[in-house]
Amino acid sequence: MKRRPNYLAGLGSLVWLFLIGLPLYVMLAATLQDRSDYSSNGPLAFPKHLTLHNYTQDFSNGFGHFFLNTLVVTIAVVAIVLLVVPPLAYAIVRSQGRITTGVFRLFLLGLAIPAQAVIVPMFYVISKAGLYDNLIGVILPTAAFSLPVCALILTGVMREISPELYEAMAMDGATPWRVFFQLVVPLSKSGLSTIVVFSALQAWNGFLFPLVLTQSDSSKVITLGLFNFQTEHGIDIPGLLAAVVLSMLPIFIVYLFARRALVQGLMGVGGK
Amino acid sequence: MTTSAEPRVARRRSIRRSGAAVARPGFAWAAPATLFFLLFAVVPLVLVAVLSFTNWDGLGSPQYAGLDNWKALIHDHVMIQSLWLSVLITVLGVVVQTPLSILLGVWAAGKPRNRAILSAIYFIPLLLSATAISILWRALLDPNFGVPSQAKWLFGDGNLFGHQTSAIGVLVFVGAWQYTPFHTLIYQGATRAIPPVLYQAAEIDGAGRIRQFFSITLPQLRTTMITSMILMVVGGLTTFDTVLILTQGGPGTDTTISAYYMYQQAFKSFDFGGGSAIALVLVVIATIISLIVVKVSGYDKMRSSTEGL
Repeated sequence: MKRRPNYLAGLGSLVWLFLIGLPLYVMLAATLQDRSDYSSNGPLAFPKHLTLHNYTQDFSNGFGHFFLNTLVVTIAVVAIVLLVVPPLAYAIVRSQGRITTGVFRLFLLGLAIPAQAVIVPMFYVISKAGLYDNLIGVILPTAAFSLPVCALILTGVMREISPELYEAMAMDGATPWRVFFQLVVPLSKSGLSTIVVFSALQAWNGFLFPLVLTQSDSSKVITLGLFNFQTEHGIDIPGLLAAVVLSMLPIFIVYLFARRALVQGLMGVGGK
Repeated sequence: MTTSAEPRVARRRSIRRSGAAVARPGFAWAAPATLFFLLFAVVPLVLVAVLSFTNWDGLGSPQYAGLDNWKALIHDHVMIQSLWLSVLITVLGVVVQTPLSILLGVWAAGKPRNRAILSAIYFIPLLLSATAISILWRALLDPNFGVPSQAKWLFGDGNLFGHQTSAIGVLVFVGAWQYTPFHTLIYQGATRAIPPVLYQAAEIDGAGRIRQFFSITLPQLRTTMITSMILMVVGGLTTFDTVLILTQGGPGTDTTISAYYMYQQAFKSFDFGGGSAIALVLVVIATIISLIVVKVSGYDKMRSSTEGL
């Protein structure tokens, strides 16, 4: 079908492109110049003397360590999710008991529990458990709060597996274990990669739980490092923005190599 | 769209036909995730209600305080104001983001050539954490070193964080910057799912582009709009990171929205009981909205991940 180009919409999307692109350009440009250059030239000027000093300085200020902490939290959260969500989704899809229906409803309602609303009792639980200011104390609630979306994504994928395949396996006398590992897991690969990406993003970008559940530099994650940098040295804008760039670098790398899974994981953010 | 009953009936019938008993997983398979979720999400939710009837400074043990926190909350004008501010920021967010993301999403759905480059850039805000986005904008809008100091003709005295109206404007703008790409993607996906036949028929009837948009595209996007708006409402009511980093609830308490006020009461004023009461109010509001979501969208009846999107 031939359609003439829609100039008005094209113009609108260019304006939006500008609104997205300009701040990102200013951010990158700021990180590549000295603090004094940035304050005298202003944010919109093109950097004259390029330097990586802001980045090296961030690393000497402990960002390497925050980076590692975030990595530990992310890997642990993904591991927990991969361990508990596939069996859960399998049970929700295949079990005919009333309890599992109730479980699914529980997770659906769980979608709506805002993490903000439970930070006070979470602080209570984690302190009483002796996990305050400990990465484990960040990992557990972060993983728990990614479960509902992951369960929803994975049950959606598992429901697409046709009943005939289950019957074929039943003819062979397969146990639920064999059905799970030889049929369900291999056929849910796309869903599994989506929940990995989703939970990894939640953990990597998580801010609220680290904010209220950790305190010292030794257990600081990168988002909290950014926040502290801003409250303590907010005036050093190039250094601060370099830290922002560093914090998003790993996600960018994943974006380059696994764009499809990332996009699906991102769509999971909204609870779909 | 299949109804929830159909596949189950079909499955049972075929089981009978083949004669083999299909081994099904029991509740044990769901138990680890369920227990974990109960412990770290549901128990805290119950505790928030319990703690709202106590006094607790965060160090010792909570002391029973009866209705004290609730009585104080009802008379707390900052709390009342924070609820209004939450509603205002949420409504402004929906009003700004919905038309933007529909237009961008519909446009992006129809232009395969430009899509690759544009969506790559549109995506970037989605990759950034809320913390990173807020810090980026805080730096860009800095009264002394940011863009407003260079463009006084546009931004007045350049201190966008110094007045209530402009501070709220900044929060709404940054929220739109952060979330519009996500909603654009939802609408893009939904627009692609509209059967092309509808447009072909409209073309034959001589309907123009605008007529097609209002008579086909918009009605077809109705369910998507509901989902997207509900996500905006829940997200808007729980806005926290942006306020903490961009305005700290200021100037004064002019942008102190409920989620931020709760954090302040609990973790800054060490009134964890009072903070819990505010949290409970948030939970009740969010639950009401979520129940409406489940009813309206039929989430619990869904058989396929692509339905309703």
